Formats: sequence, structure tokens, C-alpha cells
Amino acid sequence: MIEIRIHGRGGQGIVTSGELIGFAAFSDGKYAQAYPSFGSERMGSPVTTYVRIDDRPIRTRTLIYNPDFIIIQDSTLLATEPVLDGLKPKGLVLVNTKKSADALGLDLNSRVLTIPAAELAMEALGRPIVNTTILGAFAAASGAISLEGIRSALEHRFTKELAEKNLKAATKGYNFVKEKKQ
Amino acid sequence: MARTFTEGSKAVAETVKLCRPNVIAAYPITPQTHISEELAQMVANGELKAEYVTVESEFAAASVVLGASATGARTYTATSSQGLLLMTEVLFNISGMRLPVVMTCANRAVSSPINIWNDQQDSISVRDAGWVQLYAEDIQEASDLHLQAFRIAEHPEVLLPVMVCMDGFILTHAYEPVDLIEQKEADAFLPPYQPQYYLTPKNPITFGAMMGPESYMEARCQLDRALWGSARIVEEVAKEFKKRFGRFQGALVDTYCIEGAEIVLVAMGSVISTIKEAIDLLRKEGVKVGLLKVRCFRPFPREAIKEALVGAREVLAIDRAFSPGSGGVLATEIRAALQDVKKAPEIKGHIVGLGGREISVETIINIVKDRKAVGREDRFVDLKEALLK
Repeated sequence: MIEIRIHGRGGQGIVTSGELIGFAAFSDGKYAQAYPSFGSERMGSPVTTYVRIDDRPIRTRTLIYNPDFIIIQDSTLLATEPVLDGLKPKGLVLVNTKKSADALGLDLNSRVLTIPAAELAMEALGRPIVNTTILGAFAAASGAISLEGIRSALEHRFTKELAEKNLKAATKGYNFVKEKKQ
Repeated sequence: MARTFTEGSKAVAETVKLCRPNVIAAYPITPQTHISEELAQMVANGELKAEYVTVESEFAAASVVLGASATGARTYTATSSQGLLLMTEVLFNISGMRLPVVMTCANRAVSSPINIWNDQQDSISVRDAGWVQLYAEDIQEASDLHLQAFRIAEHPEVLLPVMVCMDGFILTHAYEPVDLIEQKEADAFLPPYQPQYYLTPKNPITFGAMMGPESYMEARCQLDRALWGSARIVEEVAKEFKKRFGRFQGALVDTYCIEGAEIVLVAMGSVISTIKEAIDLLRKEGVKVGLLKVRCFRPFPREAIKEALVGAREVLAIDRAFSPGSGGVLATEIRAALQDVKKAPEIKGHIVGLGGREISVETIINIVKDRKAVGREDRFVDLKEALLK
């Protein structure tokens, strides 16, 4: 089972990110569960979403303590919230920031990737809505979901026009990571 | 049948739509809100031909479905927590008038202190209202139970309201793969409601009239008999559902790894899935532990519970609600059910997960491992001692 924890702030589409990753995995032929943390969602307050992906039905309904992947949609959370807690060794942290991974200075036994998602999203959407760009980057970095899966998820969730725009954003995120790897 | 990946509330709303309710009245309250919003949108979009009555409170919502049901309409409402408690007076009237209303209770803690998160204090607190109460383990079951609920409620031998209880947030706000039934299949399983008695100017009758000391007690006794009798219909409907749709998650109860189990955990609702994970781990360590899932809490399936628990050495009841000054409600009722059993297992009560307190796989494993430390008093699990000082 792959466990993913997504951290961001209210208004950044964190709950939608969880739903989209889950749906992408589902349309890739896997079992998935997405589960937002609730109660204190307000614009700007820290919000977390949990996603599980597996080849068999998922029963456990607890929060995720030891994620394989952590996505941080707002890098200011690194300073204020215990967002890196419990990351599995050799896991992956994907951070939305213009800074390089080295500049973040995270002392982890894991891979750290950064992506300037706001800039990429501006190019694709004309608005700094970062979640779908990060989704694409996550697909490329983790291999946990496919870009094709993201396409299905976007088409399921949004109108045709909005799905197309967001797919463009996701593809930008995807290509950014792929190119960075080389 | 089509499999999709969707939110619990959406899956429930889709299934309620398949049941073709004539009248829906609901007042939004967290964590029920997404269900009532989805249904309101379906009606507004013309996808669901129903009267959606927007009301000023849960008391009014319950009153509207009562009145509509008395005219012979198929009716639905949904609520949580304080909303359910505000409905309380009407809940008794609905069952007393023998009206087959179906309700979703998105289980949430009760104030005060104010808390929007999950436990089952709301539905457990209205257990004496004369409703059938069914508890869902996952989103699939929550969704399927609604189709079954209308069949049970409207059965001529039942004619009682049914409350489908699903853990708030944990099931209402989570996304999972769900198999949704086609309208044609739903129609074949759930034909239109054929009321025996209903309000119409053509044949004036009254519902809920006064009954004095000469007859009130018999009316109450009939309600009790009908509720006990509904157990057979709950079983029948679950079996027929399985035959038609291939899914079965228990009738009155369900079991997991109970063969040869010395220790049996008993629980209701979404914690069942977590308990199954814990059992798999404990079985690997050689602990002979199993699970009894109580799917139907009212009527309380005494015989099915007895049958499942005879032979166990220890029973660990897991309650997500309690009666202050008494203890875990499930624990208490299991003790009563087993009181005439020779060599009855020792029953230990555990109160867990109140107000959204996390119940992890470790929580369950520790309950099994620490069971010797529990005495006659039901134990609050994972308490923070520092906060109690």
C-alpha cells in the first residue's frame, strides 16, 4: 500500500487534490481511498488530506502516520507545522517553492523535490492555482499515478474546458519533473 | 452496476435518488450537509422528481416528512448530532404513527462541549424512539443500506421508520470506490410504496389520535412487536439484496475470524474495518481473536449475538457512545443478552473514539493486549491523563 499525505492551506484545493489522486489511481485500475482532515477548514488555515492506493480493497480508516509521499502545497508550513513527521525512510517530499531542494535545507533520509508550481500554473491557467500542477509533478516523481489517470480524474471532476486547462497545468508539472530528472 | 470513485455523501445521495422519494425535507448540519446539498441539487436540476422542502430547523424537517409520509408519500430526511436531538419529539411520533420514513444519521458527537466530529452518541441517545437502526461499516454498505431501508420500512409487517447510521466525516467525507446500482435494478428491488392507510380527503381518517389508559399500552406493545418482527425482514431484505446485487455485508450481525476465537470484539460502524486490520495482525501473532459486527442495533439481535458469542472466553465490547453514569451501551446490552447463557464469556466494555478521537489499529491491538487490566467498569480508552487533573 502507498500512503500519501498532502499539506496545504484552506482554499488551495487540498481536498480536491486528494480526490483527484484517488480517482486517478482508481482509473489506473487500483483501489484508493481519500480522506480529508476536517473541522478547521478556513481560508488560509493548515489543511491535510490523506490518500491510500493499493492493489486490494483498503480497510484501514485511520489517519496516515508514516507516509511514503508527502506533498506540501504551501512551503511556509515547513516552518510552522510538523508536516514532515513520520515520513518513511527513502520516501519523497514534494514542495511547492521556487527554491531548490538544497536551499530548503531539510535534513531527511529521503528525496526532496521542489517545483515552482505557481509560475507553471500561471502559464497554464492564468491563475496561481497550484494543485493540478503539483498533481502532474507528483505523478512524474512517484509513479504512483499516471498522467492518463489524472486526465480521467479531471474530466470526471470538471467541465470540459476547465479539465483541459488543468490537464495543461498537470502536464507542465509532469514535464518539469521529468526534465529535471535528466 | 457501475463502479465509480466518489464521496460517501454523494454515494448516499445517489442511492436515495434511486429510491425515488416523493418528499425530502432536511436542514443542513455538519457532517450531514453534503447529502442534503446533493439531493437539493438533483431536485433543482430536474434529475429527481421530488418535493424538496427547505425548512427552518430539524424539528420542522422531521415534522414535514411525518406529514408527507402520512399522506402515503415516500419520504426521506438526514441529520446529525443536535439536529437529531431537536427532532426527538417527532421521532417518537413517526414511529408511533407507524410511518416508514427513512433517515440518514451522519453520526456526530453531541454538545456540550461543542464538537463536530464523529462518535455515535446522537443515534444511540434516540435508541428508544422506536426506529429500526442500521449501522454502516463502509461507504458501499452505507449506500446499499438506503435501498434496503425503504424495503424494510415499507414492509406491511414492519411499517416503521428506519435510521441508517454512518459515521460522520469518516464515511460521509471520505472517497472510495463504490458500485452504484442502475435505476432499472433499483426499481425492480424497490417497487413504489403502497400505503395501507393514508390521509386523503376522500376517506378521512386520523393518525396519532389520543389513546387513554384503556388502549395506549396495547399500541405501545404493538410497536414493540413490530420492531422485534422487523428483524426477520432485515434478514430477508439483506439476503434478497445479495441475490440481486451480489453484495452482503451481514444481516442483523456479521462475523470475521470468529471460528475458534477465544476473544471476540463487538462493535458497530466504520471502526469495523480498522478492527479487521488489527485482527489480521493479531492472528499472525497467534492471538485467537475474532469480530462480531452489530449491523442492526434496533431491534437488538439478542439471539444472533448469543449464537455468535457462545464459545468465546472473553468479549470486548467497543462503544463509540455511552450512557453517563451507566457505561457503554453496546456493552450493557450484550451483558443483558448473555445473562442466561451457561459459562457465558467475560464481557469487558471499552469506550473509544469520542468526539473524533482517533481509533488506530494500535488502539484496537492495545485493547486486546491490555484486556486483563479492565475490571467491571467500562474503560475509556486512550485518555490523556494530564487533561483529567
